[in-house]
Amino acid sequence: MSEQKMQTQIQIQDLNVHYESGHILKDISVDIPEKQLTVIMGPSGCGKTTLLRCMNRLVDLTEGAKVSGKVLFDGMDVFSPKSDVTDLRKRIGMLAQRPCPLPMSIYNNVAYGPRVHGLKDRKKLQKIVEDCLKTVGLWDEVKDRLDMPASSLSLGQQQRLCLARSIAVDPEVILCDEPTSALDPISSQRIEKKLLELKKRYTVVVVTHNLRQAKRLADYVIFLYMGRLVEHGPAEKIFSNPKEEKTREYLNGKFS
Amino acid sequence: MNRRKLEEAAFKVLMIGATFAVAASLFAIVGIVLWKGLPALDLAMITQIPKGGYYLGKEGGILNAIVGSLYLAFGATALAFPVSLLVALFLQKDYSGNSWFGNFSRFSLDVLWGVPSIVYGAFGFTVMIFLGMKASLLAGILVLALLELPIMIRAMEEAIRMVSSEIKEASYALGLTRFETMLKVVCRQALPGILTAVLLAFGRGIGDAASILFTTGYTDQLPASLFDPVASLPLAVFFQLGTPFAEVQQRAYASAAILLVVVLATSLASRLLANKFMKYVVR
Repeated sequence: MSEQKMQTQIQIQDLNVHYESGHILKDISVDIPEKQLTVIMGPSGCGKTTLLRCMNRLVDLTEGAKVSGKVLFDGMDVFSPKSDVTDLRKRIGMLAQRPCPLPMSIYNNVAYGPRVHGLKDRKKLQKIVEDCLKTVGLWDEVKDRLDMPASSLSLGQQQRLCLARSIAVDPEVILCDEPTSALDPISSQRIEKKLLELKKRYTVVVVTHNLRQAKRLADYVIFLYMGRLVEHGPAEKIFSNPKEEKTREYLNGKFS
Repeated sequence: MNRRKLEEAAFKVLMIGATFAVAASLFAIVGIVLWKGLPALDLAMITQIPKGGYYLGKEGGILNAIVGSLYLAFGATALAFPVSLLVALFLQKDYSGNSWFGNFSRFSLDVLWGVPSIVYGAFGFTVMIFLGMKASLLAGILVLALLELPIMIRAMEEAIRMVSSEIKEASYALGLTRFETMLKVVCRQALPGILTAVLLAFGRGIGDAASILFTTGYTDQLPASLFDPVASLPLAVFFQLGTPFAEVQQRAYASAAILLVVVLATSLASRLLANKFMKYVVR
């Protein structure tokens, strides 16, 4: 892909985040390209998750978090008092680190989002549930037990269910916070495969501290170290010819 | 090594002993109630209201007290439930959280929990006099609801607090508001705990005698409206035990047995009902 073609979906400008425990993100400025898979990588505690949680404002839930700078989504500042956080989160979905099904049936886990956002038509809901479950490759495994508790599924299935749940509200972006770290290798592979399919329709941002996963998935790479943005760029450039010494050290496994 | 093994064994013996002591005393209570009450328990007892001379050992039953207690306890619990849920949700960190107001409310509830129920009764009585109200079902329901509130709120609050933040975040991340998340996700996940809170409060409400002593009055009739005085099982036990007649005292134990059965039946029925929803709780 050429860089000229890249459309920006999310623009981050001079983002600083302070928690009570310290200065987590320092002067981050970076653009997230549209309909590509962006990987945010870096060692544990470098602020990857915080950066992700700024994009859908889940950072609001952290007590004592102070955010300055801008995150522009489609040109709109998500932290401005005028922005509607529920609408933002509907448009920017999220897949958490551990599979986290809601306390309801498999069917309702997927139908819940659209229903709360106002869709009442049963037929349409059924169609959405079926489509989303097919998209994540879960339909054949669960179609005969849609009213079973979601927690009766295996962890890998639960994570795919969560992915189906997040795409059911028809988002534009999907944020994934180390989405495979709690899963077995086969389930992880499935999730990765799905993410690669999903980037055709959605902008996907994946946080990982697994370098090999980053190499398998990324179109675009953001490398964070100790709360600072060290380097970002198209995957092939970063992985084959990084400019920064720190990036090279990380890629060579000097630290992880 | 030996010392640690000994410790382990001694601690286990202590735990078993303590559990046994508690279980044994509970069984002793139930046993004595049944042993003394069962001979006096007959169909008339639960189907008839007291006839003339009932308290001297003549015919009749305590249907008035059974119905009265059910009205009082269900009424009070139904009234306390929505209020408690609102307060319990407000005390979560998603809302008032650790503000001074939240902490102050929690502290006040703990104090109220410890206030003897006769004080609630006296308070209710004072207010009734002030308002010119008579002893009635309504007054009893209000006082019992007040009595139930602290225990219901605190137990609910703990149950709701146990819901993991991950589940809440999953809901927020879908674009749900706090209200939707709380009502549709958090409350569902906390349902077993919420039910326990309601049952605890119900148990306290139906078993309490002192708070309704002045506020409900006591009558041999079934209440026809909220403004009629009403009988209750705890007071039926109290009055019958206070008579000098052995048969009537026996009936007091029978009334206590009925009270136990009512609490047990309510608890079982509500757990059965809730099982339908509880299977979805994420463990």
